[in-house]
Amino acid sequence: MRKVVMGDRLDRVEGQLKVTGVARYAAEYNLPGVAHGVLVTSSIPRGRISKIDTKAAERAPGVLAVVTHENAPEVPGYEASVNNEGSRVYGQEFRLFYDDKILHNFQPVALVVADTYERAVHGAFLVSIGYEKELHNTSLRDNLDDAFTPADQKDHKRGRPDAYKEAPVLVEQEYHTPIQVHNPMETHSTTALWEGDKKVKVYNKTQATKISQKEISKAFDLEKENVEAHSPFVGGAFGSSSRLWPQEMAAIMGAKVTGRPVKVMLMRDQVFNMVGYRPASVQYFSVGATAEGKLLGIAHHARGFTSRYEQFTERLLDPTKSMYSCPNMDTSYKLVSLDMSTPCWTRGPGETSGSFALESAMDELAYALKMDPLELRKINYAEKDPENDKPWSSNYLLQCYERGAERFGWSRRNPEPRSMREGEWLVGLGMASGIYKAARDRAEARVKLLADGSVLLRSAVADVGPGSATIFTQIAADRLGLPMEKVRFEWGNSVFPYAPGQFGSHTTASVGSAVYEVCTDLKQRLQELAVNQPGSPLYGAQAADLFFEGNTLKTKTGNASLRYADVLELHALKELEVSRESRGGPELDEFSSKSFCANFVEVRVHAATGEVRVAKVVSAVDAGKIMNHKTAESQVYGSVVWGIGIALMEEGIIDHRFGRHLNNDLADYHVPINADVPDIDVIFTDLEDPIVDPMGAKGIGEIPLIGFTAAIANAVYHATGKRITKLPITPDKLL
Amino acid sequence: MIPFQYVRPKQQKAAIDALARDNNAMFIAGGTNLLDLMKRYVVVPQKLVDINQLPLHNIEQLNGGIRIGALVTNTALAEHKLIKEKYPLLSQAVVSGASAQLRNMATVGGNMMQRTRCYYFYDTALPCNKREPGTGCGALDGVNRMHAIFGFSDKCIAVHPSDMSVALAALDATVQVSGPKGERSIAFTDFHRLPGEQPEKDTNLHKNELITSVFIPDAPFARNACYLKVRERASFAFALVSVAAALDISNNSIREARLAMGGVAHKPWRLFKAEKTLKGMPVSEASFRQAAAVAMEGARAFEHNAYKIKMAPETIVHALKTAAGIV
Repeated sequence: MRKVVMGDRLDRVEGQLKVTGVARYAAEYNLPGVAHGVLVTSSIPRGRISKIDTKAAERAPGVLAVVTHENAPEVPGYEASVNNEGSRVYGQEFRLFYDDKILHNFQPVALVVADTYERAVHGAFLVSIGYEKELHNTSLRDNLDDAFTPADQKDHKRGRPDAYKEAPVLVEQEYHTPIQVHNPMETHSTTALWEGDKKVKVYNKTQATKISQKEISKAFDLEKENVEAHSPFVGGAFGSSSRLWPQEMAAIMGAKVTGRPVKVMLMRDQVFNMVGYRPASVQYFSVGATAEGKLLGIAHHARGFTSRYEQFTERLLDPTKSMYSCPNMDTSYKLVSLDMSTPCWTRGPGETSGSFALESAMDELAYALKMDPLELRKINYAEKDPENDKPWSSNYLLQCYERGAERFGWSRRNPEPRSMREGEWLVGLGMASGIYKAARDRAEARVKLLADGSVLLRSAVADVGPGSATIFTQIAADRLGLPMEKVRFEWGNSVFPYAPGQFGSHTTASVGSAVYEVCTDLKQRLQELAVNQPGSPLYGAQAADLFFEGNTLKTKTGNASLRYADVLELHALKELEVSRESRGGPELDEFSSKSFCANFVEVRVHAATGEVRVAKVVSAVDAGKIMNHKTAESQVYGSVVWGIGIALMEEGIIDHRFGRHLNNDLADYHVPINADVPDIDVIFTDLEDPIVDPMGAKGIGEIPLIGFTAAIANAVYHATGKRITKLPITPDKLL
Repeated sequence: MIPFQYVRPKQQKAAIDALARDNNAMFIAGGTNLLDLMKRYVVVPQKLVDINQLPLHNIEQLNGGIRIGALVTNTALAEHKLIKEKYPLLSQAVVSGASAQLRNMATVGGNMMQRTRCYYFYDTALPCNKREPGTGCGALDGVNRMHAIFGFSDKCIAVHPSDMSVALAALDATVQVSGPKGERSIAFTDFHRLPGEQPEKDTNLHKNELITSVFIPDAPFARNACYLKVRERASFAFALVSVAAALDISNNSIREARLAMGGVAHKPWRLFKAEKTLKGMPVSEASFRQAAAVAMEGARAFEHNAYKIKMAPETIVHALKTAAGIV
């Protein structure tokens, strides 16, 4: 059996379950007696419910209950005063069926529970609602004058904030990005089951079982251990399942009212303005440089929006602060409150939109300087993090530039815009850099050695698609010298040891470290047990004389050895369990830890119709040591595909007269289809980061998306000579 | 789901009778559009008359043309040997629409009967004269980047979404229908209508009439044909603008031309005047530009669709060039 090594291209441990349909998702738990809940949503963006008539629905065949603000079960957590201490979103969370107020369009106002899904849908149709409308605002651009600085934000300034104004070469531009919606394949779903009055279990589409557990226990005033949150399999989430949403609350309330398990799965049109989305942005960007291209100053003023009841903030400015060596900087980030549901984290939350401005502006600056855009980035490489002067924990961005450019064939690029052509198609080559935090959080893991020499590993962590379960199995197999089949990893359950939510590209660093370390602890414990037991062939051996080979402990000097299972047998143990809490050391604070990337894109723009097709992508990524090249490449593919979507087609369109989404289905909200995606060439530096975690890995889930949309916009400029500053780059803008 | 009756007659007459018996009954074939509309309560039929068992599934060579049964699927149509040989324009148009899965279900008759994809039509919380006469046109002063530049009224500026129908309009097809008062045929270009004062009516079908077949006359357009569809992604998107172009060329001169546009009007927009302009002209970009200019006469844009006025003539020229083989 070949030894498993971190980095190996291994198949997903759950792959077969997924492709054979065995894997069960949150709405597929057909518990005995399960009933179906369907949400009725508001048709106005702001006002109050003047009348809600549920009689027809209640009388309809199969309908078990209709829950509204007039009869909803009490939610003790809704009465608590707002406490923003430690909360991730400042403000008053949305309270389902709490009162008659309408805070946004598509707000859930009733839940119809019936014995079948079809009857629940019918019941929902029969609920009749009267509204008293109030004036509303849903447009960021029309309300920029009302922007305020959010409670958790400080403007970052350094050096002389105005220095850019005096620079010999100056680029000033305004960039817009629209609403983008996660639109995972699996819409938000929960199956909830009460066991008595004090215990609830949810099979939940979530990226964070521990957050589900905590928030549900808080809302319903339950002991934490009496809330069990399962995140079995998740059909994509991208940030949209990282907090408690109405579908969870509705399923739990529905189950309470009917005394049956209840499942609620949102319809596609309901995910656009109820369960988070990436908010639009308006960004004012100025960058000044010397005639030689050294950056002198940047001003980046970003405006986003949030709901009226919460302040959701994004990291739009983060790439600008740290990407390039630039002594002077002026930044601000402000929000406008609108009659919309609260936005939420969306892959590269903030960085994705912010880097569109930064990396487009760098391209414009390169043209203003008559300099190669790649060269401009190289000469402004930051030797340490300019935001805080800390040294990088590792930074192989220059290698990403070199290797990416070579693989892509950057040298064939004629710098003149509109100079390259293939038949009817204008050819454009563009690039951009990316930077994203490489964080690590506290996590626990538990490993159990079984009598047959195999191990069972557990963590509460969710695996929403990146391949985490595979990677953790792999890390354990590597550490313990076992084949993959001898390591069983169980995840996605709040009763398992603590794991942070699967977001922010920090799952491998956090949970992977716990797995790594708990395996080291297990070997240590086995070694102790091997030498302290009279009768053991290794009895009394010195630690310095011992080493592990595969699953066997051996002496260097003699030829005595013991396998894992032998150690258990020696002590008459059925199993041996070791737990471990893992967290980064103080050195994490002394360094700035980031992942980096350089994206190279070739586009074709049709000279007559303005259609844009992406012809080639090379994504060169410094994400530290790669844990599994196969799943890691898939992560890059995911970012690139979404990057193509954001750059060329995605836009949540709202008619502000009605404060309502217009294109809330997958026919009208365009995401890339296969034919839009070219071959994607992935390069990993695959070099260890010595600080972040013991594996040497950095985050990978978001970094390839940062700057990617600008790489496309820059390629489109190169192809056409047209600078598109408002996403998405649709054909109408290129005519 | 709102409960409805469902019947599946085997005979044409029974199907028409079943429809006529209820005021709120609809035919269903592939259901690829109707089911979406029902899920969003845009239409709420009390009865569905499933016509899939009617014997309307064949493509036949007749004297002077080809007859296509109303229930021929879009896939079967696009892949049929006769269609590919004689009317490649139609085959190209059909495969440019929807996805393979949808084309496997969708039928010729159903494709013609599909409703507009106007946002306002699809959301019962928004005004739409087509869905609910008298509520106003949401798109007129709203988001109208997908909307009409020809033939609209102040009641409705929606466009017809079909690709197949654009090709059929260009190819001088006729539609055979059967109803309580017997059979009749309708020129394809008269089948769909402009919105005028009654945008709720998409077609000139009479009450309880059933489309039974479409006839395409023999024509010399097999060699030089191009369906060009401009869209925001490479597939599975409705046209921003599309052009069906077919030419009969002899000695580098245009004997006859057929030209129609999609995505620009409430119906497939046949460009008779531009066709006439092309007649007798040499095959050249200049000729095509002249025809495109004629084609665009009378176009008018709204707030968000002015790009179509630039895009449409470019697309016409490019489609003609491709059809003529001078790209």
